[in-house]
Amino acid sequence: MPIRSSIRIARKFAISGKTEIYVAGFCAVKDATDPDALYPCTLYKPPPTNEFAVSYALEINSLKKTYDNGFEALKGIDLTVEKGDFFALLGPNGAGKSTTIGILCSLVNKSSGSVKVMGYDIDHDFGMAKRHLGVVPQEFNFNQFEKTQNILINTAGYHGIPRAEATPRIEHYLKRLGLWDKRDNPSRALSGGMKRRLLIARALVHQPDLLILDEPTAGVDIELRRGMWDFLTEINNQGTTIILTTHYLEEAEALCRNVSIINHGEIIANSSTRDLLASLHTVTFVCDLAAPIDSIPVIDGYECALPDAMTLEVEVDKGQSLNEVFAALSAHQVSVISMRTKTNRLEELFVSMTSGDSK
Amino acid sequence: MSLANYEEKATDFGNPNWVAYQTIVRTEVRRFTRIWVQTMIPPAITMTLYFIIFGSLIGRRIGDMGGFDYMAYIVPGLIMMSVITNSYANVSSSFFGAKFGKFIEEMLVSPISNQTILLGYVTGGVARAVFVGIIVTILSLFFTHLAIHNILAVISITLLTAVLFSLLGFINGVYAKRFDDVSIVPTFVLTPLTYLGGVFFSIDLLPDFWAGVAQLNPILYVVNAFRFGILGVSDISLGWAYGILVSMTVVAYVIAVRLLANGAGVRS
Repeated sequence: MPIRSSIRIARKFAISGKTEIYVAGFCAVKDATDPDALYPCTLYKPPPTNEFAVSYALEINSLKKTYDNGFEALKGIDLTVEKGDFFALLGPNGAGKSTTIGILCSLVNKSSGSVKVMGYDIDHDFGMAKRHLGVVPQEFNFNQFEKTQNILINTAGYHGIPRAEATPRIEHYLKRLGLWDKRDNPSRALSGGMKRRLLIARALVHQPDLLILDEPTAGVDIELRRGMWDFLTEINNQGTTIILTTHYLEEAEALCRNVSIINHGEIIANSSTRDLLASLHTVTFVCDLAAPIDSIPVIDGYECALPDAMTLEVEVDKGQSLNEVFAALSAHQVSVISMRTKTNRLEELFVSMTSGDSK
Repeated sequence: MSLANYEEKATDFGNPNWVAYQTIVRTEVRRFTRIWVQTMIPPAITMTLYFIIFGSLIGRRIGDMGGFDYMAYIVPGLIMMSVITNSYANVSSSFFGAKFGKFIEEMLVSPISNQTILLGYVTGGVARAVFVGIIVTILSLFFTHLAIHNILAVISITLLTAVLFSLLGFINGVYAKRFDDVSIVPTFVLTPLTYLGGVFFSIDLLPDFWAGVAQLNPILYVVNAFRFGILGVSDISLGWAYGILVSMTVVAYVIAVRLLANGAGVRS
């Protein structure tokens, strides 16, 4: 970012005809209709977003990142996320997910390409892009010695929200996320699940339109995870665009409408969750048997496995019928008392795509 | 009120950098006052020992220096020593701590300008330097009488020095990768330069060659300009002192802003 040591016109608001001017890091507003007037920013509210012209919450074009050691983490990815979407960005470790998120939130310098958040370019409209972006990182990157409530007050302050305005909002989020009783405790005294929720509260305190969550439910117990899912679904229903990276693929399948899979720095799949799952050719069903069997029953056209005497696994290709399987099992006098898919369907697809042997 | 999202969606982002600046300063001041045993007490004890040993015990045998009794002569230098070490240490350790604990990312992901981040940290360093400077000044009154010769010089030199060494501390914090890295410069550079910077003696006592070498030491200008403000005597011209201090401050500021803009030490 260039040094703002002299007057620099930062941006023009097309709707209002007003120009925001930076003087030594502080801003003022000049109104085209009244050229002699220069208002300090406290007297002027910029339009909240250029939302009428923009339909994407996130636009990434030809984004490349090569680290100093020569590692090419991103090889020119293109990605768009529509406003209001609940979007999953999946990929194995080292695929480029965290680099992408790092670039979005200015923790990683990109090598080339462009990124827009709610229509604002992160290079040219740095401030406005940041105002619309909330990030829940993987690591607990808050001051462990600071009180829980102060962490949120500080974050609000960094986003230009005065304490008086931030206080009721912070109370709301702390209560909603079950942290209100811990507001005066130092953050290091919180449990892992509470710290995770504190990260979410911190990311929401400036009311972002785009919320990015990097593995938000890692190390969180099932009950709490379900609670987080409900919470995220709720804020998504209220209009916040959400991008999620996760290793729990059932999470992506349950929550996200659209999915992108990234591998070796390239996007290898990008479509709706439903379409992606439809491309899955084979599903493995695990059948719990009523009585033990000695040998694998032969069912024409289906591959079966017997991990133990009470469990039969059957691979069913797209277009094949489960009725045929049950008919054949009945003929072999094998009784099934329950059945489930071996892995989450998205997980099966993910593994096949990222291991390079997509069927 | 909705369950998940706070219903007052509209946010007055007003003057974001001003609010952010106040937030950083408040956080910084709260940090050094919360750990006052580490930040306020050590300089008070160290300086009291200097007053007792160098001022009272040894100073009585030294006699006058620059036309003043030795205790009165060394007090301005010791106050400046406190200002220098505390402004430097505050910013270098606080910024490195934020990097180490990764909570510097809270600022990097927010819309604050780099200059606001820098000014916030520098103001925190200046605040601690002024706090400690006042404590040391009050302690010195138990040992000597201080008559201020030029209050404007005292205030301006104190603030300029605190700003300069806060900036240098910030640059140190940016480059530091381990906790050791924030103590190397104070131990091996600042302390020797301070001792050789005319805190305890007038450079008139040095042979010509070493008096010339001493003039390369920026702390000499700080100490003498501040001594002029208190006692009205100085080994060097006040104009030179201000010129060098202001120049160094501008250079340090530009370097610090550039380092932040390039993301040195904080972005990959």
